[in-house]
Amino acid sequence: MPVITAEKLQKQYDVVIVGSGAGGGQTAYTLTMEGVKVLVMEAGRSFDVATESAMLQWPSHAPLRGEKTPDKQYGFHDCSIHSGWEIPGEPYTNAHPETQHQFRWWRQRMMGGRTNHWGRISLRNGPLDFKPRSHWGMGFDWPIGYDDLAPYYDKVEMLIGVFGTNEGLENSPDSSPGVLLPAPKLRVGELFMQKHGPKVGARVVSIHRAVLTKPQDADTIPAKLHPGNARAQRILADSMRTRAPCFWATDCHRGCAIRANYDSQTVHLRPALETGNLDILPDAMAREVTVGKDGRATGVTFIDKTTGREGHARGRVVVLAASSQESVRLLLNSKSNLFPNGLANSSGKVGRYITDSVQSSLSAHIPAFENMPLHNEDGAGGPHAYVPWTRHAQNRQAELGFPGGYHLEFTTGRQMPTMNAAGGVDARSGSTSVLYGKRLKEEARRHYGSQLGIGAQGTMLPNDGCFAEIDPEVKDQWGIPVLRFHWKWTEAELNLVKHQQQHIRDLLEAMGGKVSKTETDPARAIRQGGTVIHEVGGAIMGAEAAMSVTNSWSQTWDVKNLFLADGAPFASTADKNPTLTIMALAWRMADHLVGELKKQNL
Amino acid sequence: MSAPASPPRISRRVSLQWVLGATAALATRDRQLHAADPVVTAKGYGPDPSMVKIYQPGDVWPLTLTEPQRRTAHALCDLIIPADDTSPAASAVGVPDFIDEWISSPYPAQAGDRRTILDGLKWIDEESQHRFQKPFADLTSGQQTTICDDIASLKPKSALKKAAAFFKRFRDLTAGGYYTTPEGAKAIGYTGNLPSGTFEGPPVEALKHVGLM
Repeated sequence: MPVITAEKLQKQYDVVIVGSGAGGGQTAYTLTMEGVKVLVMEAGRSFDVATESAMLQWPSHAPLRGEKTPDKQYGFHDCSIHSGWEIPGEPYTNAHPETQHQFRWWRQRMMGGRTNHWGRISLRNGPLDFKPRSHWGMGFDWPIGYDDLAPYYDKVEMLIGVFGTNEGLENSPDSSPGVLLPAPKLRVGELFMQKHGPKVGARVVSIHRAVLTKPQDADTIPAKLHPGNARAQRILADSMRTRAPCFWATDCHRGCAIRANYDSQTVHLRPALETGNLDILPDAMAREVTVGKDGRATGVTFIDKTTGREGHARGRVVVLAASSQESVRLLLNSKSNLFPNGLANSSGKVGRYITDSVQSSLSAHIPAFENMPLHNEDGAGGPHAYVPWTRHAQNRQAELGFPGGYHLEFTTGRQMPTMNAAGGVDARSGSTSVLYGKRLKEEARRHYGSQLGIGAQGTMLPNDGCFAEIDPEVKDQWGIPVLRFHWKWTEAELNLVKHQQQHIRDLLEAMGGKVSKTETDPARAIRQGGTVIHEVGGAIMGAEAAMSVTNSWSQTWDVKNLFLADGAPFASTADKNPTLTIMALAWRMADHLVGELKKQNL
Repeated sequence: MSAPASPPRISRRVSLQWVLGATAALATRDRQLHAADPVVTAKGYGPDPSMVKIYQPGDVWPLTLTEPQRRTAHALCDLIIPADDTSPAASAVGVPDFIDEWISSPYPAQAGDRRTILDGLKWIDEESQHRFQKPFADLTSGQQTTICDDIASLKPKSALKKAAAFFKRFRDLTAGGYYTTPEGAKAIGYTGNLPSGTFEGPPVEALKHVGLM
């Protein structure tokens, strides 16, 4: 079974999965390794990471030096095609004209989805993050706890390859011994912050990222991940051996032709295809989940983008992993006599409780970094360190005015120059004129790499003001009704951002930094909803059918053979990035699904 | 050749008139020297371009500058980023071509720069003609510097505001275009983009530099 066209669809699959990113990829991997016959449907085209991603290209090799354009909204060499905030023919709308009440939605229409340009930051949610109501009196407790997911975090980390260290932190969990790959050495700026951060309560530790710092242990990991399944072990071992470790160059956002970092195709879909149990259908825009008279899902109707024709793929089980809001859209558009308000929506909760990371940032010029002795600090194509949240004692006593917390991400150093490489050089040099000539070259060289930006990403608990619904009028180019978003920040997020801004300022100043400007109004400092591209929720899991869309297995309450495997079941956003948790939840769900299929329960 | 003692006050006043396109005679000459279609009708590279291909300016959309404009841009680029003992001048790594590509772009973010750069190149040649009776590219570097120093102020006099905005933008594009080439990246002190078997972390001298040793 291979990558196919719509004409080659099998009559029926065990499982039809919509979406080929982190959630769809993980689900397909787990199921096919256990012999389940799977179709993965992807709205974008096939994409070959090994031959199509830019590795050592310079900005000067791209039009406009690789700067962002409406066609390539994260820059020319970013591993994203047919992607963006605005995609021609694929609108979405917002109910309110004010920016602070609007949601921006990144779509990535390509095989592997957003995992292609993902930053690869792989932090586990901690025990507190699953029980916000119990700990902070707000939001909803998830129906599962950290202990339910911990074994799956271990498995995913072993499969995809994650570097990092175990630090024994509260609520930023360690991995089991032997799971993590060695952390790369910290860069000079990261070490500098590690030294000065403690003055303001910032502890700098190695970050966890899905990049191979050495070859994966193909001799022992497969048996740990697939005990008693010799075929799966062999396929995985072969797959692991095709992955080279990082060659310490190239920004991970460009994708990775040598397969050193994780993306869904490299790690999930290639071995899944090897099993012979997977068909992949690209260019298929899912429109609706179809339902039988018995109220069970029967498959997915899609538009074949290569012909414009409608098709249908039949499955005994349907898994939505189209990205949280695309899955919401599918559910809401799947209306029938049995389900007049959309599928799996008897609670009215489909589309409700969208959350995103609460982010703000600040930057400064660090004089200590001027005239740095030349050295190559490309490293693992992204950060090697971060500042985890450690003030749990304070916010347990509700001293801070917000639940949860935030971590700090930053990228120091002498990165590949962009069009802005000499930006700010006049002011930094104390010049009253626009520098040019010999002096410009000297000052640009002196200041290069001395700017430090720090971004904070914080907890967001669900509120009633953040939701999606079907726009009653607007349709996309295939005639599929689109989503209309509502967004509202609460005092909690604004208080969080206030705290972020002060803490980042303190940290930058502890490093001798000259902070250029501070935004004192948190409503202006906060990044717009959706723009962190960590949006989750919309079909949250819960303990009660009346209050949630799925049970603890990401199985919809209303339709037994319908599951969700993206961020949609998240009942809140932790201060951690969501992708690793999406994969861990998907693996756990898929394990359960295999069991249910074997028991003939579906 | 020494620069003639030109009275800059008069020059500025006259040049302002030129910027405003005051005389028909100048406009006629301008069409010969600075002919440029003000409207970009080309298309962009679309949502799915090859990311591995190495592109040259002009590969995706047609360029704009006439030969006289190119000469002016070339001279200005090299005044902004001259060669030195260890690194080449801006023109040696294709920065004038890049600026041409930039102002010829069909995307909205570059549309404003197109007007700024085309008007500015025109202004600087006319200013050169007025002060030194030659186009900018044929001036000595001393003469070129005289003109540029007048418009390099971060707080320009009102008559020179437009020319100063041009110079700032042209400088930024030249610097950005330069440092994003392999040679320019080396000149600013970037030594990466080099595959390696290991990552050793910072050298001792870097750690000492920031007081970590």
